[in-house]
Amino acid sequence: MALLKRLARHELLPVPFILNGEARSGRAGDTVLTAILTHTDELRLSDFSGTPRAGFCQMGACQDCWVLTSDGQRIRACSTVLEPGMNLRTIAEPRS
Amino acid sequence: MSDALRPLIVGAGPAGIRAAQTLVDAGLRPIVVDEAASGGGQIYRQRLVPDNRTPRDLYGSEAGKATALHGTFARIRDRIEYLPHSLVWNVGDKAADVAAGGRTRRLDFSHLILATGATDRILPFRGWTTPGVFTLGGAQIALKSQGCAIGEQVVFLGSGPLLYLVAWQYVKAGARVAAVLDTAPFSAKLHLLRGLPSQPGVVLRGLRYAAELMARGVPVRFGVEPDRIEGETRVEGIVWRERSEKHRLACDAVGYGFALRSETQLADLAGCRFVFDGRDRAWRPERDIAGRTSVSGVYIAGDGAGIAGADAAELAGERAGLALLEDTGVTVDRARIVVLERRLAAINRFRDILEAAFPFPGGWADRVDDDVLLCRCEEISIGQARAAMREQGVHELNRLKALTRVGMGRCQGRMCACAAAEILAAARGQPLEAVGRMRTQPPIKPLPLEIAADGETA
Repeated sequence: MALLKRLARHELLPVPFILNGEARSGRAGDTVLTAILTHTDELRLSDFSGTPRAGFCQMGACQDCWVLTSDGQRIRACSTVLEPGMNLRTIAEPRS
Repeated sequence: MSDALRPLIVGAGPAGIRAAQTLVDAGLRPIVVDEAASGGGQIYRQRLVPDNRTPRDLYGSEAGKATALHGTFARIRDRIEYLPHSLVWNVGDKAADVAAGGRTRRLDFSHLILATGATDRILPFRGWTTPGVFTLGGAQIALKSQGCAIGEQVVFLGSGPLLYLVAWQYVKAGARVAAVLDTAPFSAKLHLLRGLPSQPGVVLRGLRYAAELMARGVPVRFGVEPDRIEGETRVEGIVWRERSEKHRLACDAVGYGFALRSETQLADLAGCRFVFDGRDRAWRPERDIAGRTSVSGVYIAGDGAGIAGADAAELAGERAGLALLEDTGVTVDRARIVVLERRLAAINRFRDILEAAFPFPGGWADRVDDDVLLCRCEEISIGQARAAMREQGVHELNRLKALTRVGMGRCQGRMCACAAAEILAAARGQPLEAVGRMRTQPPIKPLPLEIAADGETA
């Protein structure tokens, strides 16, 4: 279930992207964090205990919103702009 | 004007933009580096693409200031070298390392103005890493920049002017605010009356936010002590104490914070001397009222120089720009300097009143339980930190970091260092300044391992 609730910007163009293999749609001007969390409720599992995380500061400071692209790049969701066709994965495996 | 001058400004918020404007007006061409996509900083953050909301929708009573600042930045745009989406990750003697788009390069500068702003000051409580818990600033950005509420039933918690502002902005935007939980007693707010003569606009605006929240039926509670977030995989409720009585409220999101903390890493790397600021409960770069640091040619302005708010940041940015010009032998408008310094001093006096009205939750470090997570990156509990202090005689923050990894994770202490200092000082019965401050290590934020140096192939 979505974590974030859209209150505005409904009129903007849809931006298609892929999340964990499924076709999804965001809006022009979305960050990757917004695009993902308007569909689901987590971005990654914490490195050690594997508890879910969904970002925190939304201004590039806390580093708790990293997700993966299909080619294995790590991107900071809150400060990355959603682009059409992005193939994104939430981080489902803890590091250790 | 000398072509040899190459000022670098870090940050394009209120302080950075006013500093840039001041230098441009004197005929200089500063470099402005900013992590965001566009100017405005966090407080006046812009949307990534326009939508059908007005500046009034986005910035409320501050719409005029936001629009003016954005307008100034647009006007000087082609008279500066502007690097958006760019991170200054290291500063040395007259050179800074800047990463953007997977590449990094070294920029030489003649002078440096740091306008790096602030983030929410965070104190952990049980469940603070649960999805649906965001900082107050994060909750505000979700709304302003992204047009999203952080949930369907949102609780705002903490202390600071931002608590009421964000709650009010949410209500105005049509979100459901389940409660505002203020950790300060109601009596603290009476201090605001002392601020009426000097800053009536600010005080009355704050009172209006609170009154409108209550008029719309949002419960506002005072003297709250957060206990825990309920819910394993996302927020389902919040439990708090009020006069030792427990309360519970169902909600699906919590925005919280306890005022702000300065971003000071670059000042540290630049070699600036730090002083302890009792009001901010933090070490900050030493500076004069003009923003001169202890390092010649390095200036600092805005919340990164100590918390003073957006209005002060604009004034301080301009003042730092003028200081740079003065120091390079340019004749500046003395009358303007007098006005800027008088206004900055007035805001500084008003900060004491704000601090009394929105106090830090005293005693937090004594009460918080051992099993609460202190460091969200490395997942170190408060109990583990306390054990290191007790068993290994840790009495200083960097030693705590070395032994427990608190502050060594990806956020480099941005989220945990304030809390760690409070815990350490309380456990040892020492004043906060005695436990020191975390040293900065470059890069100040994570860089991809494969980042390419300019002029080399990846």
